[in-house]
Amino acid sequence: MARFTPHTEADVREMLEAIGVESIEDLFADVSPKLDSELNLPPTLSEYEALRDVEEAARENDTGLPMFLGAGAYDRIIPSSVGAMLSRGEFLTAYTPYQPEVSQGGLQVIFEFQSMISELTALEISNASVYDGANAVVEAALMTARLTKRNPKVAVSAGLNPRYREVIETYGAEIVTLSHNNGTTNFSEVPDDVSGVFVQNPNYFGIVEDIEAASEAAHDVDALCVAVCDPISLSVLEAPGNLGADIAVGEAQPLGMPLSFGGPYAGYMATKEEFVRQLPGRITGETVDRDGKLAYVLTLRGREQDIRRARANSNICTNQALTALAATVYTALMGPEGLREVAELSASKAHYLADKLTDAGMRLRYPDSPFLWEFVVEMGDVERANEALLDAGIIGGYDLGDGAMLIAVTEKRTKEELDAFVEVVANA
Amino acid sequence: MLSEKSLGSLIRDKGREGRRGFTLPKNDVENVDLGKVLPKKALRDEKPRLAEVDEPTVVRHYTNLSRKNWGIDTNFYPLGSCTMKHNPRANEAAAANPGFASLHPLQPEKQSQGALRVMHELQGFLAEVSGLPAVSLQPLAGAQGELTSILMVKKFFEDAGDSGRTTVIVPSTAHGTNPATATMAGFKSKEIGVDEHGGVDVEELREAVDGTTAALMITNPNTCGVYERNISEIAEILHGSGAFLYMDGANMNANMGRMRPAEAGVDIMHYNLHKTFSTPHGGGGPGCGAIASTENLAPFRPDPTVEKHGDEFHFVRPEKSIGRVAGFHGNFGPILRAWNYIKMHGPELRDVTDMAVLNANYVRAKLGGTYRVPYNELCKHEVVIQPPEGKRALDIAKGLIDHGYHPPTIYFPLVVKEAMLIEPTESESKETLDDFIGAMLELAETSEEDLEASPTTAPTRRLDETRAARQLKPRW
Repeated sequence: MARFTPHTEADVREMLEAIGVESIEDLFADVSPKLDSELNLPPTLSEYEALRDVEEAARENDTGLPMFLGAGAYDRIIPSSVGAMLSRGEFLTAYTPYQPEVSQGGLQVIFEFQSMISELTALEISNASVYDGANAVVEAALMTARLTKRNPKVAVSAGLNPRYREVIETYGAEIVTLSHNNGTTNFSEVPDDVSGVFVQNPNYFGIVEDIEAASEAAHDVDALCVAVCDPISLSVLEAPGNLGADIAVGEAQPLGMPLSFGGPYAGYMATKEEFVRQLPGRITGETVDRDGKLAYVLTLRGREQDIRRARANSNICTNQALTALAATVYTALMGPEGLREVAELSASKAHYLADKLTDAGMRLRYPDSPFLWEFVVEMGDVERANEALLDAGIIGGYDLGDGAMLIAVTEKRTKEELDAFVEVVANA
Repeated sequence: MLSEKSLGSLIRDKGREGRRGFTLPKNDVENVDLGKVLPKKALRDEKPRLAEVDEPTVVRHYTNLSRKNWGIDTNFYPLGSCTMKHNPRANEAAAANPGFASLHPLQPEKQSQGALRVMHELQGFLAEVSGLPAVSLQPLAGAQGELTSILMVKKFFEDAGDSGRTTVIVPSTAHGTNPATATMAGFKSKEIGVDEHGGVDVEELREAVDGTTAALMITNPNTCGVYERNISEIAEILHGSGAFLYMDGANMNANMGRMRPAEAGVDIMHYNLHKTFSTPHGGGGPGCGAIASTENLAPFRPDPTVEKHGDEFHFVRPEKSIGRVAGFHGNFGPILRAWNYIKMHGPELRDVTDMAVLNANYVRAKLGGTYRVPYNELCKHEVVIQPPEGKRALDIAKGLIDHGYHPPTIYFPLVVKEAMLIEPTESESKETLDDFIGAMLELAETSEEDLEASPTTAPTRRLDETRAARQLKPRW
């Protein structure tokens, strides 16, 4: 018997007898067509052997080096307490809190997550998270269509992460691309039949955009404004809810989630109270129990697939409870001042690097546009530069494919690493 | 560190302005004044009203919250349709390996060969278990695996120039995500009934299928825990009219090594790696809804999939891809755990299925007679029962909490009144099952008054759910 199943042969015999069958095979008498051969899988490994293979595969990746890649996922410092809380089996091995009496811990975490997102975005209602930032974006696109009773057609800024844009396309929404001046989106040409106008801040090129201009343009055509915001940036940038945005969404990965080759992350979604019925995903609300004691429960379930089936506002079933816990613990540890410090440290180091690269004769693609911690540098042969960087033990920036590199700098980078980066690319 | 008593229950109530829970490295370059590099109106005037707390308070707060939560680690959790099996901790060790945890999704393929190899091998394992050769690991949850599958079917017909396929058929026993998915993908969903075994009513299906049918969404074993004995005939009916058979793979824990969906005529399916291959549910996610399909649907898979060319692994966009459904390549954490789980089992995955089915049938045999078993025949990995006449599923469920058991899924499937769907999984010992059965038999004899008062030993008693919706308060 395998190590994760407790039965002895005697157990199996007694249980078969209680069921009234002779053999395990008899339990599959109704199965047709049967598989009559063994599964062609590699031989069973012990834990030690399996983890040795994990280690071997891990060594085939280049990690543990200073990182200048961003473009939607960021190499930030994660406090040790975050992982410690995530490893609590009561959180790790629970299901969706359908039985609130024995799920109060998870429910309160979601309530705190929602509160934290509401505070950062200055919007009244947050859901319990969705799969990732890209899915938060597409769910917001579909939400604007339901709210405006228009076809899903969205005007997106040229600075929207192209991967988010691709997911919008997969889900069948039409996209109108807005032009940009020097990396900053021009919101003066929004067609009048769109359901939503999307602005990303900071945008894909790292530039701080004008959310107010986007929301005015949206409201002029009776559409809704969706702001796609990096949650760390909201510690220093004005909250989208205060700039007229109707919905704020984004990728919560920078809040305490490891890069993990792209997931699991968590998408956040927040909106105004009047739009709550069209917000997809789980929502936790406060209530009381029979004794009048404060408690939490999944609420407004009438929007969801298991109740409304074909008429649900989305097929979304799970949230990202565990990664939302990471974001909640991370934000609690940092507090408003810590988040601000993360933002300011990153911005200081990014501006230092941009200045040094300019001093070394390189040109920023959008030199007059304001940025926080990500920027675009004209580099000619980016692939060659990245190879030279890797030889020097540095993971370079993202190759935009047109002779420019998108460089992200986080609070993790040291002056020494920044100087080394400049030296390598200046000589590449 | 303050005592719990002097404080409110939320993390923010435990804070005080000026407290900090984490220290960052000192700045080693010149400080940038954001007021100088950004337009003034872009900056925030007021700081967000977040908790300001120290690390000991944070750790105690969330540790104490965890103690108000049940998981598989603490309690038997026979939640039907959710496969709450033990989560081997080797998988957590694998996911925490810095060689994966700190790998950026946009690192060039040459720098991430180990991760690509894991993905490629898992694609192969999932193809072997299902018999369906074309796999995509990108969907981030079961519901997204469903949507991905149905979008692939849609694109297939678009590509074939067949614009008349407007309907997806869904049995009345289906998970709610199935009809919601059909709607989201732009199809009308048509519901059909079930036969006396809880299986798809073949005659009704025959009537329902026509030139407008794109697919049937079937769950096998179905949500009553019964094997769809007519699955081959069902597949023939669909294929006869040019439609596809999609299988919701939520219940693959009943099939591994005993049947393969491909040989039963399934064209495309999704897996729930967080169910069958035991990546932790995490309180509702993250998961992974990988899909597997026949070769004729392969060109429509999401972008990208992983291929091996020579000795190297590459991301490849399938020729007629529906596009991307996730920001990056999928939830790599669950992908890595599932790969490790399958490697620790190998062909013994069949034992997992065998023990899961044995446990469910044992519970069925022992509870039958006292509880009503609407489909009292061989079940697979789960069994649906009904409380004795006059008792409510909800009350039995809440009563179970006072016995230390997480309740089963209740009021699902919808076709069974007062349904209680019990999925013990292979992880549980005979002793645990016997104790659980004992509690269930005792609850059948417990007075309605006592049942209605339960739970009394949980962190809270029954909640006022109406108030939560009517006086919505979703934040501090």
